[in-house]
Amino acid sequence: MKTDDVWLVVPLYNEAAVIADVVREALQAFPNIVCVDDGSHDDSAVLAAAAGAHVVQHPVNLGQGAALQTGIEYALYDPSMSYVVTFDADGQHQVQDVLDMLERIRRDDLHVVFGSRFLDARSEASALKRLVLKTAVVYTNLTTGTKLTDAHNGMRVLSRTVAERLQITQNGMAHASEIVAQIGAMRVDGAPVRYAEAPVHVLYTDYSRAKGQSLWNSVNILVELILR
Amino acid sequence: MKIILLQVFLIVLVLAISWRLLTGGGQRIQAVRRLGLGAFATFAVLSILFPNVWTRIAHLVGVGRGTDLILYGLVIAFFSFVVTTYRRLRQVELRYTRLARRLALDEALRDDPRPPGSVPTDADGA
Repeated sequence: MKTDDVWLVVPLYNEAAVIADVVREALQAFPNIVCVDDGSHDDSAVLAAAAGAHVVQHPVNLGQGAALQTGIEYALYDPSMSYVVTFDADGQHQVQDVLDMLERIRRDDLHVVFGSRFLDARSEASALKRLVLKTAVVYTNLTTGTKLTDAHNGMRVLSRTVAERLQITQNGMAHASEIVAQIGAMRVDGAPVRYAEAPVHVLYTDYSRAKGQSLWNSVNILVELILR
Repeated sequence: MKIILLQVFLIVLVLAISWRLLTGGGQRIQAVRRLGLGAFATFAVLSILFPNVWTRIAHLVGVGRGTDLILYGLVIAFFSFVVTTYRRLRQVELRYTRLARRLALDEALRDDPRPPGSVPTDADGA
């Protein structure tokens, strides 16, 4: 499949243990990868660059939402870019899922494909995590008028049209809901954005579990969303 | 009316704080703030001199004690301070993020051996 018009945007914060492998694996399918180093204290940026990714370095830590916006703006400098993919740095995401999502977005002429871990049974989230994520998606659907099954999945494919219009201002973790909200409200040539969800397999390793955000953070996200 | 030492000290304190806040910050906001502070300072001095003025106002609005009325006022003032401060910090954060992003992008585009949009060569392995 043609992938030289695709950019992978990978927000990077203290992932020195895994980033080189993640980049190398993804490079086999995607020639264009930009890692946005969000002020890591370890060698993440150097390792990502050595593995073959483009690296943009925030001078200070700004948050994952800010890193995504920076990466998207960087990818927009490439005039031949047609699709931006947001991809996690911690090895939770599978390259094959991205390929499937790209095939879908091209075949069905969509603007956005969101990844969802709840469309099939492959992702093994704990019951509590499931409950929190499900509550979050109910809230997001209610407030944004979208119909999704997983609003906090880091894997998304965005067409250039949408990437150009997106303005993520939630620097923290509330950016996931903000992205959904903006896409829900977005108009392309007067018509709503065409989006779909695709099943992805989120691989919870011991590493990602240890690094992943605690459930307490969902409280913070909710407050950030209400007080935007 | 007997002025005690504490009253003198409190009045001086109120005047000193007001003076610090009154000097310094857009025109209309500054003007409103100054008027508000002036009124606040006047009232502060008056309530130091005539402590039961608060109790009388409290009775007028149906609150038992003047101290309770002051407490309610403080709670409202504090919450509005928290909210306006949060909003202002959000604005500051937005600007600061844009600035940092501009820096990061400029630096990356300058130093990238194969900046986005450059024609891929065979060496890229693309």
